[in-house]
Amino acid sequence: MKEKKISKNLQDNLITIGIVVVGYVIVTILSASGVLSNLLQGLLVPLCAYIILAVSLNLTVGILGELSLGHAGFMCVGAFTSAFFSKCTEGVITVAPLRFILALLIGSLTAALIGFLIGMPVLRLKGDYLAIVTLAFGEIIKNIMNVLFIGKDSAGFHFSMKDSLSLNMEPDGMVIINGAQGITGTPKDSNFTIGVILIVLTLLIVLNLINSRDGRAIMSIRDNLIAAESVGIHITKYKLMAFTISAALAGVAGVLYSHNLNSLMATPKNFGYNMSIMILVFVVLGGIGNIRGSVIAAVILTLLPELLRGLNDYRMLIYSIVLIVMMLYNWAPNMIAFRKRMANRFSKKKEVA
Amino acid sequence: MALLEVKNLSISFGGLRAVDDFSVSIEKGQLYGLIGPNGAGKTTVFNLLTGVYSPDEGFIHLDGKDITRLRTIEINKEGIARTFQNIRLFKELSVLDNVKVGLHNQYHYSTIEGLLRLPSYFKTEAKMNERAMELLKVFDLDQEADYLASNLPYGKQRKLEIARALATDPKLLLLDEPAAGMNPNETKELMETIRFVRDHFDMTILLIEHDMKLVSGICEELTVLNFGKILTQGVTSDVLNDPAVITAYLGE
Amino acid sequence: MSLLSYLINGISLGSVYAIIALGYTMVYGIAKMLNFAHGDVIMVGGYLIFTFVSTLQLPVGLGIVLAVVLCTMLGITIEAIAYRPLRNAASSLAVLITAIGVSYFLQNVALIIFGANTKAFTSVVNAEPIKLFGDQITISGETIVTIISCIIIMTVLTLFVNRTKAGQAMLAVSEDKGAAQLMGINVNGTISLTFAIGSGLAAIAGLLLCSAYPSLTPYTGSMPGIKAFVAAVFGGIGSIPGAFIGGIILGIIEILGKAYISSQLADAIVFLVLILVLLIKPTGILGKKVQEKV
Repeated sequence: MKEKKISKNLQDNLITIGIVVVGYVIVTILSASGVLSNLLQGLLVPLCAYIILAVSLNLTVGILGELSLGHAGFMCVGAFTSAFFSKCTEGVITVAPLRFILALLIGSLTAALIGFLIGMPVLRLKGDYLAIVTLAFGEIIKNIMNVLFIGKDSAGFHFSMKDSLSLNMEPDGMVIINGAQGITGTPKDSNFTIGVILIVLTLLIVLNLINSRDGRAIMSIRDNLIAAESVGIHITKYKLMAFTISAALAGVAGVLYSHNLNSLMATPKNFGYNMSIMILVFVVLGGIGNIRGSVIAAVILTLLPELLRGLNDYRMLIYSIVLIVMMLYNWAPNMIAFRKRMANRFSKKKEVA
Repeated sequence: MALLEVKNLSISFGGLRAVDDFSVSIEKGQLYGLIGPNGAGKTTVFNLLTGVYSPDEGFIHLDGKDITRLRTIEINKEGIARTFQNIRLFKELSVLDNVKVGLHNQYHYSTIEGLLRLPSYFKTEAKMNERAMELLKVFDLDQEADYLASNLPYGKQRKLEIARALATDPKLLLLDEPAAGMNPNETKELMETIRFVRDHFDMTILLIEHDMKLVSGICEELTVLNFGKILTQGVTSDVLNDPAVITAYLGE
Repeated sequence: MSLLSYLINGISLGSVYAIIALGYTMVYGIAKMLNFAHGDVIMVGGYLIFTFVSTLQLPVGLGIVLAVVLCTMLGITIEAIAYRPLRNAASSLAVLITAIGVSYFLQNVALIIFGANTKAFTSVVNAEPIKLFGDQITISGETIVTIISCIIIMTVLTLFVNRTKAGQAMLAVSEDKGAAQLMGINVNGTISLTFAIGSGLAAIAGLLLCSAYPSLTPYTGSMPGIKAFVAAVFGGIGSIPGAFIGGIILGIIEILGKAYISSQLADAIVFLVLILVLLIKPTGILGKKVQEKV
């Protein structure tokens, strides 16, 4: 019985990871045989980043039961800090994988730290405050990245919020973060294979967390805070743990994303509110709390509009409708009762037949 | 020395004294009842004992230790566990996992050990499963271990809440209207279960109940609350025959 | 002197926030939900007035009335279709996410109809500016109208809630939905009325906002909407005078922040205020503490 329980979880998790690996193999074969268009090829690494983001957001929404609207912001933090690091150390650390692993650590830890700092005051409160604060954070981070200038010369780092001239650098100086132009020339240390490896790592972290002592504590808070407290669960500790891990994983997505781009800019499209909403749509469509669903929904919703180019103008509109309809379908009490009745009727008919 | 020693406990909500000068002394192993009409302040006493509210006056000693004004989770660690009048289960977790959340502070491995699935994870989880199944068996819930808690029938949900509370290894168990919504057969069965819990776990139990059959059947001593104040206290048969109690319940 | 004119501008901007914050705070008090789409109703109001007055050349008064009526209907429709079915959902996240969906929907419909380009909004306010201290300070007509509108709205709304039967029903529903229903109050109707009032006010806020800052895009409403929510939290969510005080203070903070600290970081300062309020007094200035019944 109890062994069965552990192995059932294990089996479930293996299926999820298996799906990712099979997907990887198929794409690699298609890619080698030249079937994939350039456009699709270019979409592979961002797709991996989106999948990681969706899984990480599902940890906050589905497992912790809070809403974050600033996941693109955490991604932005991970992307810029790691790209900054890689660009600075490009000449010093010449082994690309080593540099990337360090960049990964820096990006995810910074995002985690910021997640922790935001979560600390907000997660103590009941209500929808996390949503609004994370939304605000996402916008602020994007705004700051657009006015931030950092340069480096023989005298060290220079920093300004005005323009690159105000950095007052020596002639040998190099602008690393150039305001709205962002970071150009980040070493291309990531690729599709690394992306898939990171997806698998993310899945292992999130799935292993869910099926552990800590994960149960987190979900017990989601299901009934007062009861969780009454059996000795430390509410703030576990809320913060889940949210910090989620922010760190969004940072990982940012690192992956930035090391695949020649020029990294913080635009509303990649790190703004729209991105956070898009990821939320992945999570809702895949099923809140359903990690495997998030992966599949991210793949379908990223590839579908690319395959049906004509829909592109209506893409966001469709997303918004998907969001509303899916929520009503899955959560409205009347809808749930209706679906149960329908299911009963069908199963009865089968019995009669 | 009594296991639970409460003296002069009082709390007001906006001028209304919900609990006024409440004292009680419960010996280890006792089955103690707290009764009274609706709105008498019984659940407020539970909320004071478990740190949901902080009393304005008075103190609470558990096993000789002052636990007045400790936070809920600290009080649980000191050894008080409870159930709720309106059932509060972890609905989206399995029956087994509900109990395992209760075991949270008894079995430890670090987050890293869990994430990396080190041997300590498997060892501890196996132990937790074993203990949780033991508890579920006591309440005849072991067949439903894999069900979602929300899919259990009402009577079994009440039992699961008791199992979860027991999982925290308490010294004192507080049951808030355990028989509410049960039919006479279920109530009878519940009485046997409560007695069994007391004997098998060597537990001290304080319960709130309206069902007089259950109260007179299993409680050894009673306290009657009315309008936040103690009306009378003592051995069950004496209390239930007290004219003042009968008046409080039936009116003048 | 410049400080005084910043303060007046701050009060003017704050008046707009206060009007928007009213919508948030009333809906939050009664339906216990954060209506994310509220800010976008402002944007819809702006486009409606733009269409009626600038494109169709209708008289200003008629245009305003039409916009308010249409926004009111929009608010009622949104509540009935998207929010009401989820009122008793198992998770409070459900209605929040749906509200985000509605917000996003309104933005994208506006994007498809009107395009992403900024529309130059012609001010519909027709009032002479006031000059003070021998022309040292000029208060624009928009500023005066905004502040006066805000004061009128606050007064009327307070009287409405305290003196009318419908207003008392609102208070009852916000205290206890179940008990209100038992007392024979039409809960659905009361919640619809709340959305109607909030959305009608949003149209007025849209008009004032676009008159003062004459550029209109599909995203015009979202930032002021979020800031107005901050104002509502600041003043104490659920409280009508709280929305007023919170709005004015936030408007002043924003204008002073822009003037003396950094115009790019003004938004960040506003959100910092939110975080500080949540840290120090989560119930806001006039909010009351609500304890969940155990």
